[in-house]
This record gives sequence, structure tokens and C-alpha cells, in this order.
Amino acid sequence: MARVFFPTSLQQLTGGLEDCEVEASTVRELFAKLEDRFPGIREQLASAAVAIDGDVVPGALLERLDPDSEVHFLPAISGG
Amino acid sequence: MTTTRTGYKWVGTRPVRHDGLDKVTGRARFGADYATAGMLHGVVLRSPHVHARILSIDLTEAAAMPGVKAIITGADLPDIPDETGTGSEGGINFRDLSRNILARDKVLYEGHPVAAVAAVTLRAAQRAAEAIEVDYEILPAVLSLEEAMEDDAPVLHDDLFTLGLDSPPDRPSNISRRRVIARGDLDAGWEEADVVVEREYTTKAVHQGYIEPHAVVAETGEDGRSTLWCSSQGHFAMRTYTTKVLGWEPGDMKVIPAEIGGGFGGKTTIYLEPLAALLSRRAGRAVKMVMTRSEVFRATGPTSGSVMRIKMGARRDGKLVAATAWMAYEAGAFPGSPIGPGVMTVLACYDIPNVLIEGYDVVLNKPKVAAYRAPGAPMAAFAAESVVDELAEELGIDPIELRLRNAVTEGVRAVYGPKYRKIGFVETLEEARDHPHYSAPLGPWQGRGVASGYWFNFGGETTATVSINEDGTAVVMSGCPDIGGTRAALAQMAAEELGIDVHRIEPVVADTHSIGYNDMTGGSRVAFAVGIAVVDASRQLIEDMCSRAALIWDVPREEVEWVDGRAQSVTGASAPLTLEELASGAGATGGPLSATVTVNPRGAGAGFSTQICDVEVDPDTGLVTVLRYTVVQDAGRAIHPDYVEGQMQGGAVQGIGWALNEEYIFDRNGVMENPGFLDYRMPVASDLPMIDTVIVEVPNPDHPYGVRGVGETGIIPPMAAVANAVYAATGKRMQDLPMSPVRVLEALSGD
Amino acid sequence: MSRTHVTCVLNGDEIDFLCNDYQTLLSALRDELGMIGTKEGCGTGDCGACSVILDGQLVCSCLVFAPEVEGRRVETIEGLAEVDHLHPLQDSFLEGAAFQCGVCTPGFLMAAKALLDRNPSPTETEVRYGVAGNLCRCTGYDKIVRSILDAAARMSDPERQKEAT
Ligand code: FES
Ligand code: FES
Repeated sequence: MARVFFPTSLQQLTGGLEDCEVEASTVRELFAKLEDRFPGIREQLASAAVAIDGDVVPGALLERLDPDSEVHFLPAISGG
Repeated sequence: MTTTRTGYKWVGTRPVRHDGLDKVTGRARFGADYATAGMLHGVVLRSPHVHARILSIDLTEAAAMPGVKAIITGADLPDIPDETGTGSEGGINFRDLSRNILARDKVLYEGHPVAAVAAVTLRAAQRAAEAIEVDYEILPAVLSLEEAMEDDAPVLHDDLFTLGLDSPPDRPSNISRRRVIARGDLDAGWEEADVVVEREYTTKAVHQGYIEPHAVVAETGEDGRSTLWCSSQGHFAMRTYTTKVLGWEPGDMKVIPAEIGGGFGGKTTIYLEPLAALLSRRAGRAVKMVMTRSEVFRATGPTSGSVMRIKMGARRDGKLVAATAWMAYEAGAFPGSPIGPGVMTVLACYDIPNVLIEGYDVVLNKPKVAAYRAPGAPMAAFAAESVVDELAEELGIDPIELRLRNAVTEGVRAVYGPKYRKIGFVETLEEARDHPHYSAPLGPWQGRGVASGYWFNFGGETTATVSINEDGTAVVMSGCPDIGGTRAALAQMAAEELGIDVHRIEPVVADTHSIGYNDMTGGSRVAFAVGIAVVDASRQLIEDMCSRAALIWDVPREEVEWVDGRAQSVTGASAPLTLEELASGAGATGGPLSATVTVNPRGAGAGFSTQICDVEVDPDTGLVTVLRYTVVQDAGRAIHPDYVEGQMQGGAVQGIGWALNEEYIFDRNGVMENPGFLDYRMPVASDLPMIDTVIVEVPNPDHPYGVRGVGETGIIPPMAAVANAVYAATGKRMQDLPMSPVRVLEALSGD
Repeated sequence: MSRTHVTCVLNGDEIDFLCNDYQTLLSALRDELGMIGTKEGCGTGDCGACSVILDGQLVCSCLVFAPEVEGRRVETIEGLAEVDHLHPLQDSFLEGAAFQCGVCTPGFLMAAKALLDRNPSPTETEVRYGVAGNLCRCTGYDKIVRSILDAAARMSDPERQKEAT
């Protein structure tokens, strides 16, 4: 199961939960399952950058998740 | 994708770059070097006020002047909804972008564009711009972070409500966003700490300082299709942004990349492009626009000024146990400072269990900031690495040793969440510690400082094509502008794969109609991401050529291998077929030899740098002179070491300028007082020593040759390295940048 | 407005052109003569991108009015190489990777040429002061200074000079 970490700013929506495990094979599926559990979270996640195993993946919705993947939501980074 | 081998023929060598001859003979064409017959010249009318409501704009007189062909104002640009798109390199709000390009109801900084004029000569355009009557109602301005964050501060945007607060705000403010990173138990951490240091730091807005001003030529036809020649860090993005702001279709615009005369992040956005394209549409002629240096300073770039409060605690044994950081970054007139990477990088070098980081993105009446080399990280490192230096002194531990005891390594969780993969931070520290520079003797009023820095690096959407010509030479095509030698590096990787001489390969930066989409040259991504695509394309070609050799020899594919640029029979039954033979006969074996690969790779290896700086301080004048400087940086693998060193040296010197001289100076009304190179003083050759480099190579497992981005990391440590050296020389901690002679003298006389 | 007729020796050739009184030499070179090798970085004499050699003196062409060059000798980047070989400075810059973006390069080459013309074997410090009027934002100057020193060495060593031609 993928492990999802919630940034401090989202922990209001998760009732203080810092991370959780979710059965999902893509980021899209992950978002849907998180939305079921924490209504309203998907909208918040839409503007965050998704990092899978430490890599920020632009437009990540269809990105595959491995069973031991870690998912973080980060502020968008622009390079110089 | 993970085949790595050693003993390369081209990777790691220093061939003369392919675009070199054009650049030493003056033939290379940069943005301002394009011209078309009958083109018009465009200029921008800019606001003289820092904050004012535009009551009216009267174009009557200007439009009637001789030679004037078109004038546009904010009313000519479509309204764009207020939404932040998720661009590949971070969010971009097109409504704000549009309003930065031409002001609508309000001007928000001195230099904010109000109108643009095209006329038959530059003079005529300038005169017409002067004749435009704008009626302003001057508004109170906010010019500092402190002022902007006050409860009763004048508000720039009525509809700006702070994101990321615990409870949603009920009224607008100048704080666009709050970012928080927290982990562990701070109280317990402070409890455990034997030594605690807490300090406040400030930095000023500084400019990227590329020598080539922004320039564009636009030609829009009667059918609405247009061509742009411009210098940017990414012509595909310029097309996306420009057409978005104009409400045009991207497919109707072709952008031809000029050589780019430096960008450093500052050319990842648009300023003149939509103005020139629209003026050209209105006038029915090509329009050229080139900024003056003063315009570049007043209305492009810079990066954020900042205020940061850092507190760190360590045990006697040197283990960092707790840290807090409070950071506020200037965004300029619209939201979007690099506070995100600021909060993520500020403590990213160290494994600290208990942390609270809080960052604020703040708008104020200054030009909208743009990306600048490792955006958000250098100022954060100035603060954090200064505190680490102080802790080392208090603990009586060598500063590199203290860093080693806390350095992040593979598998450690970064303060912002994810675990580091293979990284070379410890290696940079060890190389610095063992470098002769670190133990060289120093004289009176001389001191030595060290500092480290971390940058993420980036992959990004990429297309590359490799084609073989009939004579066995090759063309490597990408769509990423080459700012610092990436064409050579891409050709080297292709040469290594194909087994041919690097100068039989011509690397090309193709326009938007000639190759598939490419993200910008930014995030230190080209040698990494485009490198992967070029290597993949080369390997596909080799596979294709081996199959064709098998066809010619009428043997199974397995009996053919690729060795030294030739298809060879493993049984020795047939004489080898050279690339040239295969290419010239390609028509008979299935058509031309060409392969295109598109990727959006993960795994851009993180970059770390540790730098050593020696300074001498003149106690009479306060002048700080850098005597010796060494940059140690992990490049994963240096494809062309000259240009890797060049990135390290260039980044370090920009950082030295940021540390010692560079700053935006505003008068009481918020008007920039130093919009020129005379008073905005960037380092020159006589200010500097040689910049020594040590390239550490901890290969990135996610690149076929182990490449990590190298473009950005080098600018992160210098400010702290210089400040720590100034302390060692004088006993004074400099907490405000720049450390100009006046500030240093003030500090020295503070005894 | 009537235009001024200017005659000068440009890179060894006697040429003439028309310009406006207020036009700078930089603008005349680029806009009237199409010689885009000389660059504009500031227009105020502070960056050296527009460096040319006027009667043997290094000048910022953005600070010289075009009519001022009447009857004088102007050398620009376009005249630095010979027909079949580069100037040693150009070779050194290429081999020493003395530029990244390259927009400052024509100016540096002209400044370095002016320096070596009057001081064929400068010290590192003399090189650093010799090009102190030229800004480069990409390189940190290290490889530029080394390349100029290398060119000086090449030019004073007959063996290496032969090899280069
Ligand atoms: S353009 Fe002449 S010195 Fe800068
Ligand atoms: S190489 Fe870019 S400014 Fe010098």
C-alpha cells in the first residue's frame, strides 16, 4: 500500500493525521480514495506538486504507484 | 536505463563546443540581432509611480504622431480568470502574468507597463510614448516586508486572501500564502539542546544580471499566424504563455529560439513577447522590441528580498536536535516568491528530528520577482549556514566536522518529507575538509568560511531526435535553449553511444515547429533529461542499424553487435558495416535512420555543494576582498567538465556579488535608484581570484551516465561562506546583505 | 532630417555609411552596417559588451557618436580572425571554454586584444584589470583570465604560433 504524507496545511482536513496508507495503483486512484475519506481534500491537492518517492512529477494523475511508494505533496518548485 | 560503465571515449572529455566558432567570431545571433525588412520598433510606456490607480489613458495625440502605427494598452488584452495553472515547473497565474505585462486598473511598481507603441523608428515610438497622457491617482505604497505584513497596511490586491492559515481570513492582505513544515517535538528538542543560537537575517532583492537584455521580433500575418524570434530559456513555454495572454492558439505561433545571452531563471517568463505580437497584428508589420538596461532592472527579475529568523539547538556532541525558521520573502507586485523552495531547502542539508518552519509569500510595490538560479534557496542558506557556523564555534567543533555529524545521506527523510536517494553531500564535505585550501595559513584581517547548499534539480518534459546523415554524420536535435554548453554535452553523449567522433555530430536547438514539446532550460535539467532522451534515441538507432546489418548479411539479429561506430558480425563471417555504409544504403533497408524519443523522467539527482572562502577585510574602508575560493560540488557525472566547472564558478561568483555588493536600492518613494550596471555593481574580473573547483562524482542511478543537474546548486552557499569568512577575519557576524563596505565599517565600529 | 555621411577604415577596409547625428557607433555598426557581432548590454558604458578598438584604443562603442569616427580606424570582432585562421585569442577562448552564453565574448576578445597589443605578456592581475570594464555574468571570469594568459603565451612562443596557423 502506498504511504501518503500530509503537509501541515492539510492536516486540518485529515483531523491531524500526518500520514496514512492507501491501496492505489495510480495517483488518480489515490486522490479519489483520499477524497472519500477526507472530503474536500482533492481540491486542495490540485494545486500542490506531487512527489512520488522524492521525485516531483508534473501532471502526475496517471502516474503509477508501487506498493511501497511514498507520496508527498509539496509546494511547486520553479527552477532557474 | 541504469547501465553504467566506465572508460568513456567522449563522456568526461573537453571537446571544443559546436557553437563556439560562431560565438568567438561575432556571428552568433542573439535576441536583438534579428531584423526583418520594414520592421517597426516598439517601446513600452512605464509607470513613474509605485502604486497608483489609472484614471484614464489618452492616446489621441500619440496616435496622430508621424510614423506611429499601433498603440496598445491593458484594455487590448483579454481578461483571464484568476486561476493558477499547474505548469510543469510550478504554478503560474496567467491573470497576474497578463496584468504584469500591461497594467489594468492599477500600476503596482515603478516601471509597470501601461502602454506599448510601434512606429517606423525607435525615436518616433519613444516620442509617441511620451505623448501618451495617463491620469493617475496616487495610492499609498508598501515598500518593505514589515510594512506589507502589518495589519493596517495598504493592500495591493483587494481579492488577495492568505492561503494556508489555520482559519480562513475575513479580509484581504498582502500575505498571499503561509507555508508550514513541522516534524517531531520541538519542546523536547530544545530540552535536549546544550547550545542554542537564534538570529535574524535580511537580504535585499538582487537581479539575475544577464548581459543580454530581453529582446523580441514578432511578425503576425493577416491570417493571425505569427512568428517570434526571441531569446528565452524555453521557446515552447514562451509560446504557451504568450498565446495564453493574448487569447490566441498555440498552434498559430511559431517561436524561433535565438542564442540566449544569459538567463539564470530570469528568462523563464514573458514581458515583451505578447506586446510585440499584438502590435504586429495591429500594424500589419513586424515589430522589434528590445529593453534598455534600466527597463531590465526596473521591470524584470529580480529575486526576493527576505527576512528570516532562524533558531537551532545542538547537543554538546554536535548533534542538531531542534530548529525553527520563520521566513518572509518579497514576491513583488503579484504573489509568487520562491518561498516554497525556501522553506523546503532551508534545513535540507541536515538530519534534524524536531523542526518547525514557517514561510510567508508577501506582495509589495516592487517588480514581480522571477526565478533566479535555485530560486529561494540561496538566502535561506545564508541564514541557516550562518547559524550552523555559530553553533560550531560555540561547541568548539570544526564547522565541516559539525556538518558531517548532521549531514543527510541516502535513506534519510528530508525535512520536507521524502527520503533522499543516492546523494553526495558527505563526499563534498570530505573533499572540502581534505582540500589544501582548508588548511592553508591566513594573515591578519583574513578569515576563512565554509558553507553548504542543497538543490532539488528537475526532469521535465522532453523531446529529442537523433538522425544520421548519408555520410555517417549525425544531427542531435532538442528543443531546449543552450545557455552554458548543453549542446556540446548532448553531442558527447550521442557520440559515446554511436561510437563516432563528437565533431561528426551537429547538435541543434530546434524551433517550436520542428520538434516536439520541451520544457524550459531551467531546474538544471538539460544534461539530465534531454541527455536521457538523446541516449535512448541513440540506442534505438543502434538497434535499428544492427537489424539492418542482419538483414544485409541475412543472419539473425543476435549475430550482430555495435562496436566503435560499426555493425560487426559476432561470428566474423562478414566485414563490418560502418555508420556511413549503413546510412548511405538506408533506402534499401527500410528508409532513413532517425529516432525520436520523448520522456518525462523522474530521478533528477539532488545536488549538494560545499564551498570554502577566504577574505581579507580592510579595517579602514570596510572593503571585503575575496582572496581564495573553492567550490566542491556533486555533478553525478561531468559530461563536459569545462562547462560543469563553468556552472560552479559562475554560480559562486553570482553568490559573491549577492554577498558583497548587489542590491536594489529604492528612494523614499519606492523608485529604484540604481537601475544600471554602474550603481548595481556586479563582480568584475579585478574583484576576484581564480575560482577553484572540485567536481565530486556520485553517479545518479537514474541517468545512463550518472548525470545530476549542476546549474543551480553553486549559487546557494556563497553568501554564508563569505559571511562566515568575514566573521573569522573580524569577529563580527554580518546578518544583513550585502556586506558592502559601509555595512562592514558600521559593524567594525560597533565595538 | 538630413543624415551624416561618414568615411572610416573598418577592419582594414575603407567604407562609408550614412547615420543620424545622435546615433552611436554601436548603433551604426549594428543597424546601418548589419555588423551584429558587437553587442549592447547597457548602452551606458558599464558592461563592455560593445567594446571596439578605435585608432588602437579600446572604447565602448555605445559612448562614441558615429560621426566621430570620420577618418579613423575601427576594429570590431568581425575583423579579428584572418581568412584561414582564428586570432590566438579566439583559439584560446574556444579551447579554454572561456564563455558560456557567449554574449560578452566579442567584447572580451576586443578588450583582450587591446591589452595584448600594448602589453604582450601581462600578469594575471594585469589581465584582470585589463578586462575590468567588461562584465561576464556566466563564467566568474576564471576561464576568461586563463584563456587570455594562454593566448599571450601562444603569441610570444613562435613554436606554438606556427602550430596554430
Ligand atoms: S553597451 Fe556599451 S558598455 Fe554596455
Ligand atoms: S558568457 Fe555569458 S555573459 Fe559571459
